[in-house]
Amino acid sequence: METKHPLSLQKITTNIPGFDHITCGGLPRYRNTLISGTAGSGKSVLAAQFLAEAIMKSGQSGVFVTCEDSPGKIRANVASLGWDIKRWEKEGKWLFVDATVPVEGQVVAGRYEHGAFLARIKYAVGVCKADRVSVDSLDAIFCQLSDRASVRQELSAIALALGQMKVTSLMTVERAKEFGKISRYGVEEFVADNVIVLRNVLEEEKRRRTIEVLKFRGAVHKKGEHPFTIVPGEGMVVIPLSSFELTQESSEERVTWGNEGLDAMCDGGLFRDSISLVSGASGTGKTMVAIEYICGGLNSGERSLLFAFEESRKQIYRNARDFGTDFEQMEKEGRLKVICHYPEIMGLEDHLNSMNKTISEFKPARIAVDSLSALERVATSRSFREFVIGLVATIKGQQIAGLFTSTTPTVPGGGSVTEAHISSLTDLIIQLRNLELNGEMRRAITVLKMRGSQHDKDIRELIIKSSGIIIGEPHRNVAGIQAGHPVKEPRPNE
Amino acid sequence: MNKYLFKLYITGESPSSSRTIANLRKICDDEMSSEYELTIIDVTAQPQLAEEGKILVTPTLIKEFPLPVRRIIGDLSDKEKVLRGLELAENRIKKGGA
Repeated sequence: METKHPLSLQKITTNIPGFDHITCGGLPRYRNTLISGTAGSGKSVLAAQFLAEAIMKSGQSGVFVTCEDSPGKIRANVASLGWDIKRWEKEGKWLFVDATVPVEGQVVAGRYEHGAFLARIKYAVGVCKADRVSVDSLDAIFCQLSDRASVRQELSAIALALGQMKVTSLMTVERAKEFGKISRYGVEEFVADNVIVLRNVLEEEKRRRTIEVLKFRGAVHKKGEHPFTIVPGEGMVVIPLSSFELTQESSEERVTWGNEGLDAMCDGGLFRDSISLVSGASGTGKTMVAIEYICGGLNSGERSLLFAFEESRKQIYRNARDFGTDFEQMEKEGRLKVICHYPEIMGLEDHLNSMNKTISEFKPARIAVDSLSALERVATSRSFREFVIGLVATIKGQQIAGLFTSTTPTVPGGGSVTEAHISSLTDLIIQLRNLELNGEMRRAITVLKMRGSQHDKDIRELIIKSSGIIIGEPHRNVAGIQAGHPVKEPRPNE
Repeated sequence: MNKYLFKLYITGESPSSSRTIANLRKICDDEMSSEYELTIIDVTAQPQLAEEGKILVTPTLIKEFPLPVRRIIGDLSDKEKVLRGLELAENRIKKGGA
């Protein structure tokens, strides 16, 4: 018999990018979620965005209960995120409940409860027919309470009352440290049905923001910390690491490298949706291979996208012109997009977000990133790994052909962090090597692996001419190229 | 005529509400020489008034006149604090000294 779960919790889609993925569908409906984080961890942004997304994407309305900042300050704070609260207030979609304690202060003379606070929220919810309520932050209210028992009692009362109003709500609380006690009084997280922790940790001189669903009573969610970034004009964007699912179909269709020799080495060409890694030391010809790859795409009519983190636009144009393709003209025609950035201009989460955006807007059939390892220097190794996984997920998910280049640290070549992170995610690995032979520097190219296809096992000569790259004959009689120590082997008949 | 003006915000007809009203009346009768006017507002029945007054907790007592406006929260069981909060304590001392 089929088992159904009629009582399982319904969730509401928040529409906050990536958030619904890590929460497995959004926030539990009509329940209360506690957001805990240190100062500057993004609690208020999340609280405001929870309402903003509902207003913008599903025409719902929300009540924002502010206990610390004045409504005017909040309107100004979120303006840079592209949210026009004033307009929403006029449209009756956003209502403030100003729960800040009056400046003239007050005297405490006996026991009290938050009845008026709740009555005002209930009134506001009724006035604008709100679906969502954000309370930012509870600390201002709790700081007047004397002991943990009353914090617990008041919080339970607030959570219960919000639940009865048939709204889905978020409440923020501040924590003193990134790790350790979740909330100031140590009881908030026990009372709340759902707890989400935001962190803003300094790691190797870089700030890293993460979001973690700590608990969802009676509902599933993804485990662990997920990086996020706060983007001007957008708000919070969560980068869901676990979204990489190997469910996409695998294409049998082959596309050209744009080079006969490379196609021949790969048994006729690349698979339509394959991720390729070209690795090699400085000067082995990685950028040339990447440009050749983009040229190949353009010449067979594919929209192509090149992210360049090492060379300038002019240098790329010049190389491509030599190879016989006018990138400048192609860009004007809208068939190509070249994005040149210094890796240092922003953090990796922001790079990933902007790359994802470019990909979804431009809809390319082919993407090259030159080089992936240049981005390694702006992040910790953990962030970098997350970045690579995120980018591969996007490319795979949209069935785009992708090529990454990676610079190995030593001239003869060898292992790099990039390779370690990405090799298992790639379908095709090409290694480029420098080798010293008979008193001159020569280049070598080899296909290390190619999923689902036969490939050339030879280590071949790679010749870079001004007109393009040429795959030469195999380097016979030389051993140790891959190891970085080429040694001439005597011919068998000598 | 120096009539005191009070507003008291409460939540429904709870034991705490009636206790607070009783406490306030007793303080007024015992300690105040002049007349007073008390408006009782039930925030569950008139939440918009709580919104206008930016009231957060119940009970909240507002002394609107004479100025300055004073705000006291709690069930008013602590008489000394109420008097100090209303700035009646000083008046009383002044009166006594005169």
